[in-house]
Amino acid sequence: MDFGLDKKSNSLKTFNTIFIVIWLLLACFPFIWTFWGSFKVRADFFSRADWWYAITAFNTLIETGASFTKEAYSGAWFEGEFWKASRNTVIVTISVVSISLFLGTLGAYALSRSTKNYAFWILIIALIFRAMPHITLVSGYLFPFFQLQIWGILPTTIVVLVAINQPFTLWLLYSFFKTVPKELDESALIDGCSYFQAFRHIIMPVMWPGVITAGLFSLMLAYNDFTVTALLLNQENHTMVPKIQSYLGTNQHEGNLMWAVSAVVSATAPLFLLVMFFQRQVISGLTAGAIKG
Amino acid sequence: MPNRSFFWFFFPAGLAMILFIGLPIISTGIQSFYAQHDQILIEVKKCDPFGCKTSVVVDQEATSKIKEEKPLGKFNGFGTYIDRNHLASDQVSEFWSESKSLGEFIGKVGNLPFYKALLFTLTYCVIVTPCVLLLGFIIALSLNAISRKIRGPLIFGTILPMIVTPLVGSLVLFWMIDAEGIIGANLQILMDDPYLSVKSSKALTWITIIIYGVWHHSPFAFVVFYAALQTVPQEPLEASIIDGASRFQRVKHIVLPHIYPVVTFVALISLMDNFRVFEPIIGFSAEGSAQSLSWLIYDNLVNEEVILFGSAAATSIMTIVGISIILTPVLLRTWKEFRTNR
Repeated sequence: MDFGLDKKSNSLKTFNTIFIVIWLLLACFPFIWTFWGSFKVRADFFSRADWWYAITAFNTLIETGASFTKEAYSGAWFEGEFWKASRNTVIVTISVVSISLFLGTLGAYALSRSTKNYAFWILIIALIFRAMPHITLVSGYLFPFFQLQIWGILPTTIVVLVAINQPFTLWLLYSFFKTVPKELDESALIDGCSYFQAFRHIIMPVMWPGVITAGLFSLMLAYNDFTVTALLLNQENHTMVPKIQSYLGTNQHEGNLMWAVSAVVSATAPLFLLVMFFQRQVISGLTAGAIKG
Repeated sequence: MPNRSFFWFFFPAGLAMILFIGLPIISTGIQSFYAQHDQILIEVKKCDPFGCKTSVVVDQEATSKIKEEKPLGKFNGFGTYIDRNHLASDQVSEFWSESKSLGEFIGKVGNLPFYKALLFTLTYCVIVTPCVLLLGFIIALSLNAISRKIRGPLIFGTILPMIVTPLVGSLVLFWMIDAEGIIGANLQILMDDPYLSVKSSKALTWITIIIYGVWHHSPFAFVVFYAALQTVPQEPLEASIIDGASRFQRVKHIVLPHIYPVVTFVALISLMDNFRVFEPIIGFSAEGSAQSLSWLIYDNLVNEEVILFGSAAATSIMTIVGISIILTPVLLRTWKEFRTNR
């Protein structure tokens, strides 16, 4: 929307720039501040006396002799066993992404190529499932899982996250598959391919952008999940987000709140890097559902 | 595609959804009709040289036995739904007859746990959703007017609040506005009130969570609106400029009608997401003054003594009813479109 004829007034331009700068400050400053503060001691980042200490590192200098300290990180990662939580997160995330992409591409391909009524109803049901608050589903899981004695372990959580993720993945991939012309796989079918061969050799190779987008969203869901992982995993198997919450609960220990700060930074940094690289895919995924349907 | 191939392609995804979304909803429904067992009490006679006393104690053996036999608990029918922690029908009718004015009645009902949570959840939805739409639209409009070369990094900065999980996002803000954080401490100096803190006031807590909600969700609205703005046709815009339409008139009469379907989509998605608000309550440790429906369920499920399955399930079912009410207009519209397309 670049108005060729539009001569914008200078005051409007300035106003616009100021607005954007203020918004970006609001959006980004909290993260920059937390990142900065994670290298300080608690007395500086949560200073009762003077918030300026967080910048001058008054107490950090006294306690550690330098203006930056990695104490919070080493505390959280080793003493607080954050390494275990991040290992669990890696396992959960990789499994959820690969399984839900496998199920999702097959299902969404079938939905996009079916002209029957039931395909429409399945999509509607998926939309209803997408709207269910996760906590209500968890309240349905807990009792049966206790009875079957599959509560607390990683595989259960992985399967649950895959299932919760399916409705969104199906919708997203469905809208991507719709953009691939039907003639492409129909001609392959005429040449004697089975549906699966057409899917595997003809459709998948042109679907990579869509698959990457869907994969990113599964990844963000699995990586960011709190409701399911906090309630379905035992202490030992906690992933990063419930682990961060557990640092908050035990405030008696001086270092624990700083552990939470450094854990938040450690958990957020990989996500930011990922989005930085795949920004285009994230945006196309968010808009796919809106623009095309 | 023939039915047979469709079945095999869709089977794995369908099975996962039936097993882990469909069945749990049914399981929740069943659980909501049961309540945990009462403890079995027995009278024990104890005699000592000074005489005999009878005392009532819990019969541990019998209690655990009945728990093992019927792990789901005792059948309670709609008992859980109407008890004090949920719809509280007795209390509400009592308040109705007692109260002299409507305001007093509403005030009393608003203090019951379920209605308190419902009130917060609805307030949050009703305020956050329009703010998100408005702020997202304004950001999209103004970013769209900025030179294309530097837009990439600006978009990245804009979507940061959205990609972190709500717990982390609210923690990051909470650490700043806490009495010991940078904003909280400066507010105390500014207002000249050393005891000012977000936690101490109910209104301030609500405002904080609502501001957080807008901060977290606006980027989503922005991204969708931004993409929609790219598809606005150029000719009518140019024509309107020649006809002397102001910027505001152009947005109102050309841009908004064009992206209207997208606005409803964003409104629906954010309404659904806002209705399940609960992580920020934990992040801001605001349990004292702000509780949402989802938080009530969470609180029942992490109960330390005994997990209140029945209570959590009853709240869940009522939350699902709430979600269905929100979804109905959309589903009806889709159904009509589908019928006319056929």
